Amino acid sequence: MAEAGYIELAGVTKSFGPKHVLNGVTLSVPKGHSLVVIGGSGTGKSVMLKCILGLLHPDSGSIRIAGEEAVGLRGSARDEYLARFGMLFQGAALFDSLSVWENVAFGLIQGRHMARSRARDIAIEKLGQVGLTPDVGNLYPAELSGGMQKRVGLARAIAADPEIIFFDEPTTGLDPIMADVINNLIVDCVKRLGATTVSITHDMASARKIADDIAMIFKGEIVWQGPAKTIDTSGNPYVDQFIHGRAEGPIQMDVLKP
Amino acid sequence: MNILAHIGRATLALLEETGRVAIFLKDALLQGLTPKIFLRQILEQMMRIGYFSLPVVGLTAFFTGGALALQIYLGSSRFNAESLVASIVALGITRELGPVLAGLMVAGRVGASIAAELGTMRVTEQIDALVTLATNPFKYLVGPRIIAAVVTLPILVGIADIIGIMGGYIVGTRSIGLNGYAYIRNTADFLEIDDVTSGLIKAAVFGFIIAVMGCYHGFNSKGGAQGVGRATTNAVVSSAILILAANFALTSLLFAD
Repeated sequence: MAEAGYIELAGVTKSFGPKHVLNGVTLSVPKGHSLVVIGGSGTGKSVMLKCILGLLHPDSGSIRIAGEEAVGLRGSARDEYLARFGMLFQGAALFDSLSVWENVAFGLIQGRHMARSRARDIAIEKLGQVGLTPDVGNLYPAELSGGMQKRVGLARAIAADPEIIFFDEPTTGLDPIMADVINNLIVDCVKRLGATTVSITHDMASARKIADDIAMIFKGEIVWQGPAKTIDTSGNPYVDQFIHGRAEGPIQMDVLKP
Repeated sequence: MNILAHIGRATLALLEETGRVAIFLKDALLQGLTPKIFLRQILEQMMRIGYFSLPVVGLTAFFTGGALALQIYLGSSRFNAESLVASIVALGITRELGPVLAGLMVAGRVGASIAAELGTMRVTEQIDALVTLATNPFKYLVGPRIIAAVVTLPILVGIADIIGIMGGYIVGTRSIGLNGYAYIRNTADFLEIDDVTSGLIKAAVFGFIIAVMGCYHGFNSKGGAQGVGRATTNAVVSSAILILAANFALTSLLFAD
């Protein structure tokens, strides 16, 4: 690789007891690019994101952001590191004890010590960017539909103008139209911020829409990485099986035959 | 053979759990109780843990004081020592029953709710979301609950002491027929400041146990609704047992001076 990526993973491994989830993940995302990691359930996609965020500690390997080693950061260095990230969680993970605008403004108020009134203005603005009116800000997460919760989660992820945004299954559990709305919002928001993003999904329509590059993960290893346009001509049997959704191929599901 | 394997497995599981609690405790103290302090969260938790527990704790203390008066009267009247009722009720409530019963009631009420709330936040990734918003969950969630419980439990027990003694007074004067003036005299003469403070020290320790066990089990819950249910049960059972064990240890310790 000629140019070092903005996000660089090299040989990252992670095991839970006897279960090896990541077996040496090596991955590179150039600055401003959108990488989508595809792969089936239980292949280590979420664990990989959590390792980059430091929610889990990798057993070995290196994770570099803008050339800076991230594994083993502590205290204020870790806080500074985390301030670069925004993340949209699979289930939105909104704080249900707080109103919508307080959710969106949370990182600004608690993480960056911004005054509440100013943070509120920014929250309302970000809600506008994801197509929600200011009055939604006073509702509570439980009063929103799944699609609206995802949009609030997106507004919260971009509220602090992060350099890097992670999307964990952004379209899972949404109807196809709402899924496309979210995809468009992701593309818009990312373009506006110029952020570097990593998304994980098994929704190919979503992957094609938001990706510059696509990587395929299988059994805790990256088996293919390339530009999104070349996904249909990858010639990789794992990728072919996955994008066509075939039960037969090199990827075998552990299903008991009756 | 099989029995030995079972014993071995149980011992290992117990040691593993103890180690986990110890690590959690270290994080709770070093990260949760050091600046930055979330004052809003502390006040909110003090309302939830302290203020809203008042009715439960008050009723418990009232009936316990009353029952204690009846029992002691039953025993002491055999030796014509009815005048002891007031002093022994006061002693029993302040030193022992006030803190222990308040601790157990709050463990059931608050320990369960802490574990359920944090457990749900864990399984819905809200705790992970806190981290990505540059907020340490130990500081934002655990610290305020520990501080609130340690501060409010002694206040609750202080109130429970008064209500319990009042319960004894009402039963003593109304249904046993003791002289009201003498009852209060006996209580005031006999009760020493140490009796009350030893109970309040216990209460603070019990508050710490309740908050830590609630947070620990909530933080470590996994596997959806069932996992949260298990966390809630474990939080209540473990804090109740630890409260009773700590009560014995503290009583021996406080007796020693």
